[in-house]
Amino acid sequence: MKSKKLSRSGLLLTITVGLFLLMYISGMLIFSDKGFAKPQMFLNLFISNAGLIVISCGLTLVMITGGIDISVGSVTALVCTVSAFMMENMGLSAVTALIASLIIGLLFGLVQGYLVSYLEIQPFIITLAGMFFARGMTAVVSTEMISIKNELFLKWAKAKIVLPFGYTNNKGVYIESYIYPTVIVALLTVVLVALMLKYTRFGRSLYAIGGNAQSAVMMGLNVRRDKFRAYVLDGFLTGLGGFLFCLNSCAGFVEQAKGLEMDAISAAVIGGTLLTGGVGGVVGTLFGVLIKGTIASLITTQGTLSSWWVRIALSALLCFFIVLQAVIGSVSAKKHGARLA
Amino acid sequence: MKKKMISTFLAFSMVTALLAGCGSSGSATTATTAANGASTTAAQADTTAAGAESTKADSDSGKTLTIGFSQVGAESDWRTANTESMKSTFSAENGYNLIFDDAQQKQENQITAIRNFIQQEVDYIVLAPVTETGWDTVLQEAKDAGIPVIIVDRMVNVSDDSLYTAWVGSDFELEGQKAAEWLNSFATAKGIDPSSLNIVDIQGTIGASAQIGRTKGLQDAVDKYGWNLLEATTGEFTQAKGQEVMESMLKSYDNINVVYCENDNEAFGAIDALEAAGKTVGSDIANGQVMVMSFDSTKAGLTDVLSQKITLNTECNPLHGPRVEDIIKALEAGQTVDKKKYVDESIFAVDDTVKSVTVDGNSYDVTVVTQDVIDQRAY
Repeated sequence: MKSKKLSRSGLLLTITVGLFLLMYISGMLIFSDKGFAKPQMFLNLFISNAGLIVISCGLTLVMITGGIDISVGSVTALVCTVSAFMMENMGLSAVTALIASLIIGLLFGLVQGYLVSYLEIQPFIITLAGMFFARGMTAVVSTEMISIKNELFLKWAKAKIVLPFGYTNNKGVYIESYIYPTVIVALLTVVLVALMLKYTRFGRSLYAIGGNAQSAVMMGLNVRRDKFRAYVLDGFLTGLGGFLFCLNSCAGFVEQAKGLEMDAISAAVIGGTLLTGGVGGVVGTLFGVLIKGTIASLITTQGTLSSWWVRIALSALLCFFIVLQAVIGSVSAKKHGARLA
Repeated sequence: MKKKMISTFLAFSMVTALLAGCGSSGSATTATTAANGASTTAAQADTTAAGAESTKADSDSGKTLTIGFSQVGAESDWRTANTESMKSTFSAENGYNLIFDDAQQKQENQITAIRNFIQQEVDYIVLAPVTETGWDTVLQEAKDAGIPVIIVDRMVNVSDDSLYTAWVGSDFELEGQKAAEWLNSFATAKGIDPSSLNIVDIQGTIGASAQIGRTKGLQDAVDKYGWNLLEATTGEFTQAKGQEVMESMLKSYDNINVVYCENDNEAFGAIDALEAAGKTVGSDIANGQVMVMSFDSTKAGLTDVLSQKITLNTECNPLHGPRVEDIIKALEAGQTVDKKKYVDESIFAVDDTVKSVTVDGNSYDVTVVTQDVIDQRAY
């Protein structure tokens, strides 16, 4: 049973990675004269989506348990605005703002997690309330747009990590390839969460809960506690991802990160995480985010297509993956059934 | 296996890049490459050199400039007209290659698009920012890559002014001054005593640059000419709020004869409220009519001028394309450009009582609205 699940998620992951490579390499071939083949173009995928990667990782955890968290976009806006407000209007340091961001995320995780796991309320409803609450609180903190000018914060935001390769542009300027520290944090998060899912008891129990909560209870797992922990971790990662998002946008305002939760959910689904739970992983989610970034990048590079095509392409991919998951699911169920008979 | 695949693709893309380079920089490069026939690196170096030369040579013969334009979205007619102006100015016929990106009101989309433009090595980046804030990092990246950035419409709020080359937009205070000067000239021409002008100001969203400039233009004139400003309240640039504010003002004052609305939508709301209260809108203040003044000059706004409901409508010009092109041409010719550049904006009036207004020594003509003027309006 377990090995079957793993191979199923392995197959989905292979398809996701393959699709990403296919899209990216065809982009390199078609738009090679427009800089698509440059290494920096690839690195930009990570730079622009660092926050989303971390947030999607958290969301993947709760999706594996069969839950959902649609508050992440609003929490990101709240984190950004509170950080900006603390640094600009209260004169606090960037470190304090970072700690506050993590605490905000944790608080959301604790409350939503408690309500979902111990009071057994539908996660969709709870996090919908969380979504409205966070967006509302953002407006309470500040209805004005706050630009972050804190020196330490800008130093973090602008701290280029130069890589030992680059290119000379058409103006004769040599430009070194670079990433920002946010990228390292994001990748480190993916690695740590992936290891946790694979090698810890907690990680494996999340799959068991999502696969079948009842049998997980019978297996002697503490379903409530582990579910609760998944939401707390999700909240924490949202706080962290929100801060990374803030480092990229250097601003806080009410309308920020609108619809980010949908980007995160679609990244997880494209990455092979089942909405019904029990199957998935954060490496797939990472590729889900990269696929979304690549579509946006391809359409911007093309230059004449309306950017709404990003959404259209994304929705087509989502449909494709959901159908794919269903097909693979039914095939493996048939096999399973045949063996039982 | 994987390595081999990647290297094949890299090699392929390098060759493609090389071919593309030859195609655009002409026969000279091809000749050099052929003569050299040597390693890829040498050929590439030559392409770069030839490219640099052709840039020099082409500044007078007109090479294709690539412009990356990141637009806010398509939320209003004004915005659509703004986009159209850019698209028609930077068309292929005019020798440009425009890469257009619609950010769908999202700042993060704009940041991503600018990073993309940098990688595409565009010659200029034009940015109509969604927000005033948060541009430090990405504009620094553009600066590092040596790509000039021109901001249009809204201003950006960055720690270092050198992060952008120029800004093009509306002078909102001048718009307000023009409207106020027109009112003064009109009152003088009609023999109306300044102290009998009872004005209410339906302001825009407080803090918006359009509100600040237009309110200041009026307030300075009130102090200068001794008009009565009864009240100034925000109508948040919307028709519904404009109507609501007008209704409550009509309850508080029965002697209002001039309504100064800071955009067309507010004016539509104010007119509805005035008419519902049994007032007649129009320019004949002496005979009890209430004059409505407005800004933006959208098609709908000008239609109301034609039907004499709005007396004066001061334009907020969305046609930024030609101004941006001026800046780019100046930069291409190696000239320095002004950090701020305002677009030309007209004044539309119901009749020709006032033919022109003077602000700070500059004269601005007043256009009388006809059906032709409205028909030519794109937005």
